Formats: sequence, structure tokens, C-alpha cells
Amino acid sequence: MAKHSRLVRIIGRAILYLILIVGAIIAMTPFFWMISTSFMSLGETINRAWIPQTPQWGNYAEAWKQANFGVYFKNSVIITTVSLLGLMINSILAGYAFASIKFPGKNIIFAILLATMMVPESVTVLPSLLLVRGSIIPLPGVDSRAFDACVGAGGQVLACQFQNFTFGASWLNTLQALTIPFMANAFSIFLLRQFFQQMPSELYDAARIDGAGHLRYLFQIVLPISKAPIMTVLLFGFIGSWNSFMWPLLVTTRDVKRPIMVGLWNFVTEAGPQTHLLMAGAVITLIPILIVYFITQKQFTEGIATTGLKG
Amino acid sequence: MRLSSLYSRINHNHSAPVWGRSRYRSLRLGLLFIAPWLAGFLLFTLYPMGMSLVYSLTEYHTRGPLEWNQFQNFINMFSDDLFWTALKNTLYMVVFGVPITLITSFACAILLNLKVKGQSIYRVIYFLPSIVPAVASTLLWLWILNPQAGVMNTLLGYIGIKGPNWLNNPAWSKPSLILLGMWGMGGTIVIYLSGLQDVSKNLLEAAELDGASWFQRLRHITIPMVSPITLFNLITGMIGMFQYFTQAYIFRGTGGLGSPLSSTLFYSVYLYQQGFQYLDFGYASAMAWVLFFIILGCTVLILKISNRYTYYAG
Repeated sequence: MAKHSRLVRIIGRAILYLILIVGAIIAMTPFFWMISTSFMSLGETINRAWIPQTPQWGNYAEAWKQANFGVYFKNSVIITTVSLLGLMINSILAGYAFASIKFPGKNIIFAILLATMMVPESVTVLPSLLLVRGSIIPLPGVDSRAFDACVGAGGQVLACQFQNFTFGASWLNTLQALTIPFMANAFSIFLLRQFFQQMPSELYDAARIDGAGHLRYLFQIVLPISKAPIMTVLLFGFIGSWNSFMWPLLVTTRDVKRPIMVGLWNFVTEAGPQTHLLMAGAVITLIPILIVYFITQKQFTEGIATTGLKG
Repeated sequence: MRLSSLYSRINHNHSAPVWGRSRYRSLRLGLLFIAPWLAGFLLFTLYPMGMSLVYSLTEYHTRGPLEWNQFQNFINMFSDDLFWTALKNTLYMVVFGVPITLITSFACAILLNLKVKGQSIYRVIYFLPSIVPAVASTLLWLWILNPQAGVMNTLLGYIGIKGPNWLNNPAWSKPSLILLGMWGMGGTIVIYLSGLQDVSKNLLEAAELDGASWFQRLRHITIPMVSPITLFNLITGMIGMFQYFTQAYIFRGTGGLGSPLSSTLFYSVYLYQQGFQYLDFGYASAMAWVLFFIILGCTVLILKISNRYTYYAG
């Protein structure tokens, strides 16, 4: 009997291994296919080749040039860096305040913060866009004639000219429009707050006795031991900003200001059936994320495990 | 230093410490710390929400004055066939996509929690697809599912199955998108994995000694103990799915929004079309608010139902 159950266990284990490996293959096949395709010649992509006979390294240079990735890439690096900087400052300060500063109304404000995670982007995106465009928001009863000349229905709203009711400068095609909306993120604040809350309050008292204020305490004591959650926020923030697509599409009209994901989408129409170039382009957009992921990977795993992401 | 450690020894039970001398000072301090977020919230969440509410009650087109039209936008929705198509398409994704993804990612997390050689490598492999940008991954899957040259139908051909026309057949476009979503479910897996670390080892061992099978332990210990995680993943998955946009926007390829045959015309896609192509801001805003209340309703419903099934340790 005992022998029998051991056999069952071994078989069961073997099956689990098998499923695990099959799953890994399923997860990796698209990557393999993407990279393989990116080195193929046009003919090979049509003839269902698995791997290119001779890797076409030139595809990458070709895609880079054709898609004008140089500009998009530079834009995305700038946008992501600025967004991340703002996001980190924002989230650390707010996360700390919600965790460790006792002030009237804190709980209500925190509840509002959590509630914002449920508001669909589609509710806010339209007025946000108008705001960024620098138009005075038209109110009922006022003949604002906000849009004077719009290019037909097929075009995007961006083609509209606001002639009469604008204040200041429009933020269209600016760095502000592309970064500021990414800086206030409820999820990041929540994540950091959960972690900061676990700090023993003895630490505070000690710091306070030693004459440290909140800021000094935060930067000299709290942050150095919060590497894991900070890296987690950093990774999520990087992915969120680098991968963003819809908002940049709406607030930019000129290609020279657009980030990489919009560039990749533009490339779809240009590349047409040249799938090998398209895949090379996709790989190019992926590389920075992979780098950041492998840098933060260890802390990220830890960050997820230690912060209270749990219900 | 000595003094401080002495101080902490005396003061044992204190919750969050109050630093300011008065309520006013602490309020000012707290607001100062959250000011950057608060500014962003007021400017890019609260204010747009208010304006969106105003628009939803108005006739707001590209030209001419903005006029109150009471609830006309909402009434129009009832007779708008495309609105119902979009809602149905979205519900399809929520009803099928979310549970399938949830169950599969739980199964993956169980596998990745096994003590096997190279465990951390497997974890990275399973997680990796989820960091691929939506634009890139959708383009990749358009290529994988390409009926003529794609790897999917080639593979299916090896085992004697003639693969469907994934991209151009309205019946297969949504399953294709669910497949694409499942490839990138690493985030859900990671959250499940963190939950599995908290499942009591003692309980599992005790059950094993008592002769409970692997399946019984899974059914009666593991699943109930990760139920808060399931709830979290279910709600975030549902909220995300109701707002499904980018993948559908890319997936149409060079076809019109929603193609093939409006089968990928999801709620947010239709909203985008109304707002940014037809420039009917009033109608789009009204749609956005309906979506908000659908999401709110579903969340409350899930929380209500889950009360009975969710286990909380603390």
C-alpha cells in the first residue's frame, strides 16, 4: 500500500513538472517567435519559417530608421524619467503622510484616494484633454463656440482649432501634458503606505529624540530600509509610463513630440506587410523594460510579498 | 542615542505618533506632504469628473453653444444598437475572460509554488510576458494568429487541426483577445504567489498526516485561505476588463474601430469613437458615467456575495 502511494506520488510529481514545463514553453514561444521573426527576411515571414537561415541584423537598423525610432525613443526616455521622478516624490511623501502623520481628515482623504482607483479613465479623459488643450471649459447657456474649425469626423479631435476661448498656452505637445497626469497614482501611494505602516513606532520616537523632523526621518531612516516597495513602485511606474498609449495619442499632434508606443503604432501603417521590421520595432520598444525589470526584479518580488497587497 | 532607546522603552503602547503641537499644525503638515498628490487629484480627477457630469447632461457637439438636454443622452443610449453591442462585447470579456484568467493564474501560482529546481527561473518566465507593452504584445499576437503565416495555425496544423481565421472571424476575435490577455497574466500570478506564502504550513502538514489527499488539501485549506486574494484579483480584473481599450484599438489592425464586424467594439472603444471621432462629448460623457455605475454596482455585488465565502485570518 505504502509503495503504491509512493508510486502515485512520483507520477503525480512528474505530471506537475510536465505541466510546469509546458506552461513555460507556452509563455516563451511568442517571445521566441517575435525575436526569430525580427531576424527573418521578408520571404521567410511569408513561408512560415521557424528560424531565419541567416539572421538579418540589418532589420533592426532598417526598422529604427524607417519608423524614426530615434526621436520617439528619446522622447520616451525623457517623458518616463520626468514622470518617474514626480511619481516617486509624490508617492513617497503622500504614502508617508497617510502612514505616519496623524492629521484631521486623514481617513476621509485616504478613503477618497482608494475610491479614485475605481473611477474609469473614460470618465476623466475627456475633460482632462480639454483642460490640457488650454480651452476654457464651455458651460451650458454660454455660446462658447469652442470649436471653430474641426477637421471632419474621421479625424481626431486634435485637429480642432480652439480659436476663441483659450487661456494661457495650450499644453498640447508639451512635456507637462505627457508627464503630470502620470505623477499622481493612487496605487503607488497605497502600496508605499502599506509598507511604511509596518515600521515600528519606536523608530520614530528615537529619531525624534535625536532631533530629526519628519522629512529627515523619512529620508534618512525610512527610505533606506524601504528598497523593496520603492523598487516595486518604480517598476510599475516605469511600465505605466513607457507603455502608455492612449493619453499620449490624444495630447500630441506632432510626431516629433510623441513617445515610443505611439511611434510603434504609426509604424504599423508604414511597415505594412513587412512583419519582420514590425517585430524588430516591437523588440526595440521592449528592451528598456526588460533592462529595468531585471534590475528591479529581486526587490520587486520581495516588494509584492512584503507589502499588504492582500485584500 | 541612549536617551532615545530609553524613551522607546518607556513608551510601549503608542499608535501613530503625533508630532505637531496642535491639530492645526498637524493638519498643515499632513496637507503639505500630500499636497502634490492632492493637486493632481483635484486637477486630473475631481475637476474632470465634475465637468464630465455636466457634459453628460448637455448637448455638446463640435460647434455651437452647449445646451442642457436633461437626460437625453442617457435616453438615447437605450435605442442605440451599437451601445448595446459594445456593452455585450464587454460583458463577454468580463464573464468569460476574467474567470478563465483567474483560474489559470491560480493554477500557475500553485505550480510555481512547488519546490522544484529552478523555481525562480520558472517564476521569471511566467511573469515576463506581462511586462510586454500592450501595443507590442497585441502586434505580436496579430502576427501569431495570422491565419496564413502565423505560428498558431502552423502548430495546430501539426496536430491535424485546421485553425480558425482568428482575426477576421467575428466569432473568434474575442477569444483571441482573451488568449492574448492570458499570455500577459503574470501580474495576477505574482499576487497569487504572494498569497500562497501566507497559507499556513502547519495546517497543510496536519492535514497531510491525517491522510488528506493533495486535492483535498487544495480544496479545503489552500483555496479558502487565498480567497481574499481571489477577491482582490477578481475585482481589479473586472475593473480592468470593463475599461478594455488599447488591445482592441490595436487589434483591428488597419481595419476600422471594432472590426471585424463590431465584434471588438468594446464599451471604451465605442466611447472613444463617440468622443474623439464623432466629437459628441455629451454622449461620450454620459456613457462614461454609465460605465462608472456599472463598475460600482458590480464591485458592490461581488463584495456582498463574497462576504460569505471569503476567509480572513486576522
